[in-house]
Amino acid sequence: MAVCIAVIAKENYPLYIRSVPCQNELKFHYTVHTSLDVVEEKVSAVGKSLADQRELYLGLLYPTEDYKVYGYVTNSKVKFVIVVDSSNTSLRDNEIRSMFRKLHNSFTDVMCNPFYNPGDPIQSKAFNGIVSGMMVQTG
Amino acid sequence: MAGSQWELPPELCCRPMAFVALTGLDVVYNAVHRAIWDAFCANRRADRVPISFKVLPGDHEYPKCRTKRTSYEWYIPKGIVKTGWMNKHLNLVPALVVLFYELDWDDPQWKEKQSECATKVEIVRTSLQGRNTKVAVVLIQKKTPLPPGEDLVASERASALCSSCDLSGKSLFVLPHTDHLVGYIIRLENAFYEHAQTYYYTEIRRVKSHKEFLNKTTHQLLFVRHQFKMAFLSELKQDTQNALKYYRAAYSLVHELRAHETNMLEIKTMAGFINYKICRLCFQHNTPLDAIAQFRKHIDLCKKKIGCAELAFEHSAWMSKQFQSFGELFDEAIKLGLTAIQTQNPGFYYQQAACYSQDRKQMAQQLCQAGTTYPSPDPLDTQSGGLDFYGQRPWRQGHQSIDPTDPEKEKLGILALQIKERDVPHSELIIALLSNAVAQFKKYKCPRMKSHLMVQMGEEYYHARDYTKALKLLDYVMCDYRTERWWPLLTAILTTALHCAYLMASVKDYVIYCMELLGRASTLKEEQKSRIEKNLFKVLMNDIPEAESECDQSSVGAARSLWTDRMALSGSNELTVEMQDYIPFIQCKARFQSPSFHVDQPIQLQVFLRADCPHPVSFSKLTVSLSNQEYNQWCVVESSGQDSMTLLPGKPRCYNFSFVAKTEDVGKKVEMTGIEMMLGGDSGRCVFLSWRGAGGDAASTQEALQASRSSRRWGRGNEARQELDWDTLTLQHSTMIISRVPRICVQLSHQPPALTNEMFCINLTVQSQEDVMAKDVKLTAGLKPGQEAGLGQTTHVTLDGSSVCDDNAPALLTDVPLGDLTPGEKLEKCVYMKCVSTGPRIFLFHVAYSIDTAVEGRHIVCNCHKDETVTVETVVPFEVSVKFVSTKFEPLEQVAVDIPFLLMTDILSSSPWPLLLSSSSLQLLTVTSSTPQLQSQLQQVVLQTGESASECFCLRCPADTSSSNTVATGQYVVSWRRKCSSADSPLIQTTVTLPHVILESVPLYIYADLPSFGRVRDSLPVRYHIENRTAQVQEVEIAVDPSDAFMFSGLKQVRLRVLPSTEQQMLYNYYPLMAGYQTLPQLNISLPRCPTSSSPTLRRFLPQRIFVKPQGRQPDDASIAAA
Repeated sequence: MAVCIAVIAKENYPLYIRSVPCQNELKFHYTVHTSLDVVEEKVSAVGKSLADQRELYLGLLYPTEDYKVYGYVTNSKVKFVIVVDSSNTSLRDNEIRSMFRKLHNSFTDVMCNPFYNPGDPIQSKAFNGIVSGMMVQTG
Repeated sequence: MAGSQWELPPELCCRPMAFVALTGLDVVYNAVHRAIWDAFCANRRADRVPISFKVLPGDHEYPKCRTKRTSYEWYIPKGIVKTGWMNKHLNLVPALVVLFYELDWDDPQWKEKQSECATKVEIVRTSLQGRNTKVAVVLIQKKTPLPPGEDLVASERASALCSSCDLSGKSLFVLPHTDHLVGYIIRLENAFYEHAQTYYYTEIRRVKSHKEFLNKTTHQLLFVRHQFKMAFLSELKQDTQNALKYYRAAYSLVHELRAHETNMLEIKTMAGFINYKICRLCFQHNTPLDAIAQFRKHIDLCKKKIGCAELAFEHSAWMSKQFQSFGELFDEAIKLGLTAIQTQNPGFYYQQAACYSQDRKQMAQQLCQAGTTYPSPDPLDTQSGGLDFYGQRPWRQGHQSIDPTDPEKEKLGILALQIKERDVPHSELIIALLSNAVAQFKKYKCPRMKSHLMVQMGEEYYHARDYTKALKLLDYVMCDYRTERWWPLLTAILTTALHCAYLMASVKDYVIYCMELLGRASTLKEEQKSRIEKNLFKVLMNDIPEAESECDQSSVGAARSLWTDRMALSGSNELTVEMQDYIPFIQCKARFQSPSFHVDQPIQLQVFLRADCPHPVSFSKLTVSLSNQEYNQWCVVESSGQDSMTLLPGKPRCYNFSFVAKTEDVGKKVEMTGIEMMLGGDSGRCVFLSWRGAGGDAASTQEALQASRSSRRWGRGNEARQELDWDTLTLQHSTMIISRVPRICVQLSHQPPALTNEMFCINLTVQSQEDVMAKDVKLTAGLKPGQEAGLGQTTHVTLDGSSVCDDNAPALLTDVPLGDLTPGEKLEKCVYMKCVSTGPRIFLFHVAYSIDTAVEGRHIVCNCHKDETVTVETVVPFEVSVKFVSTKFEPLEQVAVDIPFLLMTDILSSSPWPLLLSSSSLQLLTVTSSTPQLQSQLQQVVLQTGESASECFCLRCPADTSSSNTVATGQYVVSWRRKCSSADSPLIQTTVTLPHVILESVPLYIYADLPSFGRVRDSLPVRYHIENRTAQVQEVEIAVDPSDAFMFSGLKQVRLRVLPSTEQQMLYNYYPLMAGYQTLPQLNISLPRCPTSSSPTLRRFLPQRIFVKPQGRQPDDASIAAA
């Protein structure tokens, strides 16, 4: 399960970011922010070769000693980042993919809300609930 | 030095090379020897064999060889690898000792020299007792040797020398010091290299042979040691493949060792060494993925092997060193051509190294506090000054059992290490690693990672109390986070920066960071903001701010005294802060009410201010500077006395300014260049918040964009909202000053379209509607500039309509003075345009005048102007068509010379207005008119649209013009004007060039004289004239065909001759029998001498038929005659 989940706008500012409460929140912010380097590089590399039918899931962005960072980019260049504890080896690539898919579906629902203004921080309760379901349950 | 304890030994990191000792060389006093030595050691490039040479004296003592063990049965090893072993084989025990000796084959004292040489060899051998080191002898000779086999003395003496020195033939070399020294040396060292290879081969075999004596229980350490030694010797032998194999074996063996707290350090140290060698060789073999995989395995295996808990910082230090050295290896490989990628580059390893160093620092702070006095005697002191084995504790060297020998000693040793750790400059180490990582990430396109590491560097400098450097770094990256809008991260950085600024007592920085932390981008809690705002006001009051939390007490004390000094310092009480680059707590947006103002209106300007901080802010002055500084005086608002200007949190406030523009500025832009707001006052400290242009800050553009998106959705709701929506406020930083609205009426009347070449009249009426006198009325009229390029040449404008203007008239008349206009006065003017070509044209009528007026009590002279444009199409007035016909009105393709023909002209009016054709005339060339006085048949004819007027002229081509085939015939000139134009308006001459005609000459011309009509049963005399136009006598045969309609008398068939240039006449009397149009009897003419002229060609000149009137009754005769 994830320790941090983030949604990043097209312009690379955070729309939503949530991490397990007991740990250093700032550190996760930095981790997500630095992972955007790799996301941008991957997205631009994909853009060159295969423009239309690209894979949204970007896979493992970069490994650190403590965490694994996975990325996903929607067609409108909104990025999802999931941070997983390195020690959590039971998590397979497929499960990460399905987490992203779930996140994307929920995000689409948020965007469909006529009262939501694209580009504003996400405050949807439903979205929050989906994210909570994917996070490591502590305490 | 405690810091260097973790450095890898240099003998591990270098590239092992075969060690060859050279003896018998006197490099100090003997020039020849010096040259030889230089040839050995200078210019050792990659293509030379890898040998490290050393010059040693002939009687050098080599390290003693311990007596070989015959049995390992009772031997218990004390450690894995001795600290001196690698160095011994690199620098002390040679693979080969070479003895240099000066001796020529024909030396007179051969015998003595030979035995001296043998003695020297013997000395070397004795010193190498027990070692397998080879010995070789090089004879330095003055003479060039003869080719092998030719010098019998040489070969004989060589074998004698070999036997006396107990050398094999392969170990004796000759070095003539002649011209080709370097060449000889290279051959020599290649031979040495082979000897060295053999030596290391035997050494490896020897170590390998020990294996069978070992047992798994007591000799575990030896398994590792032997594999390590074989690997290292293989490296010396330059056999890196096998070396890698042995190192890998050693690595897995080292992890099989029984690990416990006492030997953990030794195991880790050795594992680190072996891992380093493996990675290094993998990179060298260009298999970087193997290197990375090995390193990952190494880290995974060792990560949890912390060892002694009291010395946990040692583990972190060791881990850090592992990452750092791998990063260095990686970097080294990249320099040699390896390509790294964004997600796999040395930066990650440096970063992780830094991370472990941070852990180390933390643990050191936790574990090393208890430290009292350094224990004495020093438990870290050893008798030899160093350790015997790598990775052992100085106070219990060689100890291999699970429990420490002496718990008391152990405690003291740990204490000593802890105390030493306190002196380690952790921050320095961390910063060095971070800056290495930064350099790498910069290279591999990771700007955000770079920023993150720079933040860490900044924080580390802050911990190291180097606040200036910390601020510099933090300030540098802050802007990246600001533009990317990661507010939580920005807030965190700003908080650290604020601490730095406070501890340095840097007023300006402190104020700036406070402002931004109070701003809307800050994610701080309300109470923190409140505290910061209070501090900011304190600084504004020239007071000392409260200490920031989380700063340690000692530095707070220092900071406080710094602040006191600052405060006492008078002067420098003013500071200006540029707000554009930050997201400050006061937002400013300014706009001109309109993008343009007329010069007779006051210019209105609004400045909106909003404070985002928790408490109200009052300020004392607000100024706007404009591009024309003369206006600045009108854009100032200052608090007067008690009435200070206050901004309430979250409530926008608007300040209005208005001023009158100068008339010189008409047509110019007025821009806001800056807005300045003064916080604080004369009593304390003044801070000028300065915005460039019309306000806004680092985040406002994005916010406005976001707001516009939402307002697009909620368009209607937004208008209904009463309150000012801050985000949708747009900046209007400039306005245009435009001239006063003219109050005159300009009317144009004309009759379009214009006709080509005519003087087209446009009537202009100007009427003043001003209340006062309009002065200096000026007219500019003509073709509007900026149209098609050619129009300027084909359009001419004049005010004089009495005559047709010439081509020199301009296309645009400028500044025609029209005098002054009193209120209500009307003025008319005719402007004439002559358009030479057809097509549409835009004409411009620009009426300018000046007028005195007053704005808000100020008297100004305004220049006003009014423009009228009109599009006029120009069309052709009429089409002229011309054709040539014969006298029988048959179209002519060719004109016969000296025979009359007709020119028919046809004028078809295409003008929508009636045209008056005044006259027409022919200007003939070549041809002449048959009519003595040509008179126009079109005089004063009026043509309506679509009507046409025709004329007919009888012309003849004179006889002497047969020289050229086609000739020009002349021009047709029509003069005309519009019928509606006044009688005195000029006539326009339109000239049409007549077409060319093709001339032909006829040999015989025949024509008939006959009355215009005949009458039934009445004689009709016809006379045929036959002219010979040639210079020869022409014979003509004429026959008349019979006809039903006529009887005739005359010659029915005749053959006659016509002399040159004369004519013959033939008279016939026709007697018509039928009434109506009747075909005349056909004349068949042939010219036997001129077969080209056939009967039909000649007949075309003759009339074909005639009208025959019926026979009238007698009484009607008179009436018929009258008709």
